[in-house]
Amino acid sequence: MAEVNTSELKASNRQAGRKTGGTVAIFVFLLIAGIFMLLPIYLTVVMSVKPVEELFIFPPKLYAMRPTLSNFGDMFDALKSNRVPFSRYVFNSVAVTVSVTALQCVFASMAAFVLAKCRFPGGKLINSVIVVSLLYQSNVIYIMQYMVMSKLGLIDNPLALILPSVASPMGLFLMRQSISQIPDSMIEAAKVDGAGLFRICWQIVMPNQKPALMTLIIFAFQSAWNIQSGTMVFQEQYKMLPTVVTQAAASGLARAGVAMAAAVFMLVPPIVVFMLAQRQVIETMAHSGIKD
Amino acid sequence: MARIADEDIGKRTKKEERAMLWRSVKKNKACYAMLAPFMIFFIVFTVIPVVMSLPMGFTDFNMAQTPKFVGLSNYTTLFLSDKIFIESIRVTIVFALFTGPVSYVLCFLLAWLINELHPKLKTIFTLIFYAPSMANVYTVWQIIFSGDMNGYVNSFLFNLGLINAPVQWLTDGKYILGVCIVVQLWISLGAGFLALRAGFQNIDRSMYEAGAIEGIRTRWQELIYIVIPSMRPQLMFAAVMQIVSSFTAGTVAQNLVGFPSTDYKAHTIMTHAYDYGWVRYEMGYASAICMVLFVVMFLCSRLISKVLGKYTD
Repeated sequence: MAEVNTSELKASNRQAGRKTGGTVAIFVFLLIAGIFMLLPIYLTVVMSVKPVEELFIFPPKLYAMRPTLSNFGDMFDALKSNRVPFSRYVFNSVAVTVSVTALQCVFASMAAFVLAKCRFPGGKLINSVIVVSLLYQSNVIYIMQYMVMSKLGLIDNPLALILPSVASPMGLFLMRQSISQIPDSMIEAAKVDGAGLFRICWQIVMPNQKPALMTLIIFAFQSAWNIQSGTMVFQEQYKMLPTVVTQAAASGLARAGVAMAAAVFMLVPPIVVFMLAQRQVIETMAHSGIKD
Repeated sequence: MARIADEDIGKRTKKEERAMLWRSVKKNKACYAMLAPFMIFFIVFTVIPVVMSLPMGFTDFNMAQTPKFVGLSNYTTLFLSDKIFIESIRVTIVFALFTGPVSYVLCFLLAWLINELHPKLKTIFTLIFYAPSMANVYTVWQIIFSGDMNGYVNSFLFNLGLINAPVQWLTDGKYILGVCIVVQLWISLGAGFLALRAGFQNIDRSMYEAGAIEGIRTRWQELIYIVIPSMRPQLMFAAVMQIVSSFTAGTVAQNLVGFPSTDYKAHTIMTHAYDYGWVRYEMGYASAICMVLFVVMFLCSRLISKVLGKYTD
C-alpha cells in the first residue's frame, strides 16, 4: 500500500516542530535506556548457553567463552523422562492458549462496545464492578474459585484451564476505555442506516480499534501461555508447558543454567506473537473522520 | 378518594417506575445479548468467588473446618497488636510511592518518545521496554545481585574500586527494599505502557495538523494541548494497572530476597497476607489483610480518576 506510506510521510512533515536533532537525541536516549532494560534478559540468554563451569567464575563474564546448548539438552532430557511425550505438553499449551486468546478477545470486545456506547439499565453498575474486580486482590479468591469449579465438576478436566480465563476484566477495561473515544455520531449514523448492534460492533467499531485489539491479543496470549495448570488438573496428559518446564528447571542456583534455558524457551512464543501484533498496531494510522 | 399530596404530583409511582425499567430492559435486549457471553464467565469465575470471599474477613477460617464468625476481632488484632502488619504498611507505602508514580511517568514518557521515531524503530523499542514484563526471570537478578564476588554488581563495583568486600544485596536489611524497588521498576513497564502505546497510535493525524495550523510550534506544546487531553481513557487504564501492581507487589520480594526477608525489611502487605493465608492457614485473618489493602487501592483509584478528570476536561 504505497499510497498510505506517502500520505503518512506528508503528515509527519506537517507535524509541528519536528527537528532532526531532537529526534536523534530521543533515539540516543531510548537506546541507552533500552540497553539497561535489556541487560538482564541478555544475561539470561548468555547464561542459558554457558557451560556449568563458566557460571560461577570470577570475574563474571558478559559473554559465554565456550557457548553450548547442553543446558537446553538437559532440560529436554528431564522432560523426556515424563510418562507423557513432550509433544503432548506442546499441544496442550497451544490449544489452551489459542482458545483462551480467541474467546477473550471476542467476548471482551463485544461487552466493551456495549458498555462504552449503549445506555441501558445496569450498565453503570457493571462498569464499576469491572474496576472494583481489578482492584480487589485476595488470596481467598483462589480457594473460592476452586470451590466453584469443583461444584461445576471442572477439577481435573481440561476445560478448567480455559474457562476461568475467558472473561478477563482487564481486557474488557482496556477495550472499553479505547472504544469510548469513538464519537457517538459514527454509531448513530450506522443505526440510522439500519445496522444492528452486532454489525455496528464488528463492521464499524472494531476495524477502528486495531491498536487496542492487538494489545489485548498480546496480554491474553501472554497470560494464557503462562497458566500454571498444577492446581486444577492432576493428570499428566492435561498439564501444560509452564508446569513441566518449571519442574525440569527445579529451582536453586546449582541448576541456574537449565533454569535460564527454560526461561528462554518459554519466552520465544510470546515474543513472536508480540512482534506480529505490534507491527499491526504501528501500521494503523488513525484516519481522518474517526474523531469528532 | 385518596388525596394526592402536593409533593407527589409529577412523580411516578413505584409500579410505573418498574414498568418503565422493564420496558427499557426489553428495548435494550441486544445490549444484554452481547454482554451475556462475557458476563456469564465473569460472574461464575470472578464475581461469585469475590462475593464469597468478602465475609471471610469477619471469620476464623482454617480451610478445614467451616468458618466461625468472630466479628471485628481480625481487624482489631491487625491494627492494635500485629507489629509486623504495621511494619508491612510502612514497607508497602514506601514501595508504592517509589514504584507507582515513577513507573507511571516512565510508561507515559517512554511511550511518547517511542512515538516520535520511525515506524520500524517503534516496534523494536516497544519490544525492548516491554520484554522484561514478559520474562519471569528472578534467577538472573539473584545472580546479578548475588552476595559473593561472582555477582555482577559486586564485581563491577569492585573493579571500579568502590568496595573491598562483597555487599550482601539480598540479605542486608539496608539494601533489600532498594533492590526490590529497582527490580519492580524494571518489570513495571507492562500493561499500562502497551495501552498507552496503542493510545498514541490511535490519535487522529488531523488533530496534529489542526494543531499546527492553530499555532503549535514544539513537541511539548503538542504533548500538552493535543496528546494528553485525547488520551484520558488510556491514562486512566494505566493508572489502575499501576496502582494494582505497585500495591500488590510481593512476589518480586519473595522470589528475590526470600521469605520472610531480613528483619521484614521487604515485607509488604501482600506478603503478610501470603504468610497468614498459605503458610499458617489462617484464611480469615489473611482475608482481613487483603480487605484493608483493597480499601486503600480503591480510594487511590478514585483520587486519580478525579485528578485526571479535572486535568483532561
